[in-house]
Amino acid sequence: MSLSLQAGGSATRALPSAAGTTHTTSPITTGTSVLAVKYRSGVLLAADTLVSYGSMAKFKNARRLLPINSRTLIGGSGEYSDLQSVSDLLKRNALEDKCTADSLYEEENNEECAKEVWSYLRAVMYNRRSKMNPLWNDIVVAGFKQNDDGTTSDEPFLGVVDKIGTAYEDDVLATGFGGYIALPLMREKYRPDMEEGEARALLEDCLRILFYRDCRALNRVQIAKVTREGKVLVSEPYELDTFWDFKGFVDTKAGLGTDGGW
Amino acid sequence: MASSGSGYDLSSSTFSPDGRIFQIEYASKAVENAGTALGLRCRDGIVLAVEKPLQHKMLVSKTTGRRIHTVDEHAGVAITGFVSDGRQIVGRARDEASNYFETYGTKIPAEVLANRISAYVHYFTLHGALRPFGATTLVAAYDPATKEHSLHMVEPSGVSYEYYGCAAGRGRQPARTEMEKLSINPKHQQGGGGDMELIDVQEGVKQLAKIVYTLYDASKDKPFELEMSWLCEATEWKHVGVPREFISAATEWAKKEIEEAEEEDDDDEEMEE
Repeated sequence: MSLSLQAGGSATRALPSAAGTTHTTSPITTGTSVLAVKYRSGVLLAADTLVSYGSMAKFKNARRLLPINSRTLIGGSGEYSDLQSVSDLLKRNALEDKCTADSLYEEENNEECAKEVWSYLRAVMYNRRSKMNPLWNDIVVAGFKQNDDGTTSDEPFLGVVDKIGTAYEDDVLATGFGGYIALPLMREKYRPDMEEGEARALLEDCLRILFYRDCRALNRVQIAKVTREGKVLVSEPYELDTFWDFKGFVDTKAGLGTDGGW
Repeated sequence: MASSGSGYDLSSSTFSPDGRIFQIEYASKAVENAGTALGLRCRDGIVLAVEKPLQHKMLVSKTTGRRIHTVDEHAGVAITGFVSDGRQIVGRARDEASNYFETYGTKIPAEVLANRISAYVHYFTLHGALRPFGATTLVAAYDPATKEHSLHMVEPSGVSYEYYGCAAGRGRQPARTEMEKLSINPKHQQGGGGDMELIDVQEGVKQLAKIVYTLYDASKDKPFELEMSWLCEATEWKHVGVPREFISAATEWAKKEIEEAEEEDDDDEEMEE
């Protein structure tokens, strides 16, 4: 091993020189919409598990809803490798926070709350876009706000940051194609006192509609929640039922003397 | 000291004619006068303990000047000596752990962590422009890949060994003698004929508290705070502080044990008379 004062010694990789740097100016492998809604006891997130390579359905079991710490959840659409790197960054930060915390006792320390993660991501995304090298993601951050003493408050938090660092909070959010198709539906149905089942049904309906209309969507989905009790749960991927038996689908117009098709 | 004035102790890049590097020995001296740090490898985990002398009555001791630090989820270190030097080592250990994870995608194994720390510490004994670290580091780590836990100690010279039980600082010699009596070394267990089970971490905490209080002389020594952490099955192999109530219970037990032992000694003496 060389006598290097750099952590990692000789294994440390050299940074690319400024001249050789190429920027991510367009995404390659992408995930589509993420949907999110606040409900009575927390925040619910939903996304499908498809990662597309252009228009090709390349990876069908990719998880895009990721727990960051014990009280924060993110969901990302856009370039999947960028999402992985954002997730690594946040997890690394969470670990560093844990290691450098004031106390050896976990119960005396507080992990970053969702609002802090969201605010931090905003800075990261804006910084990258200012270098003309954006992280190609729209990221939803869900969790709870915190009290002045750092403990988790009762107030749920839901925010989104886009690839150029625009950040805003809302009670219902959708990224990607879902912003056009699902968001109006969700806004129509949303009530602050929705039960979990109701919110879940709403998200599943929206995912199903997206699967029908978004050519980069899949009916294999995940739902995740952050609850007031401070639990982050991400479901295993499961498949939504779909209905293709409409008369117009089944009886094509092939027999009507046209050239086939609907 | 014999070495001073000879000119061979001005730099750690110079050997003395009889093959010693005085700067490193001086650094070790700095550790020898600091609070005792102890590490114990038990059946189901590792216990670390440090005696933190309270230099000042107005010190807010619970939150400042910590001697035990977490390096990664599954790794913790105890430092003694120059605490500021020790913190430098802690920072480096964290960098190494996170760098290893980023490169290989697995948690840093204990030996690798100990070796990386020791390479770093050793580096500071090679250059004329650098001063060796006046701190010794006890490294407790669990390797999720092999499911094994181990204890290492890195000294100011940069040497590191793995231990069943180790001690650094002022009370290291008597502490080591006391630790040798504990059932922590499986090899001795077989050879020594005793089929006693190795102690668990709960017992380890009590025994370390006992050692610390055995070495402590309230009339001579500064008051101290006992900092303890563990990394064991019960904590899901995470490095966390031993609950404060548990430390105080262990301390109570230790003090009682010591008292009883003293009373027995007194009885023996009377019998002899």
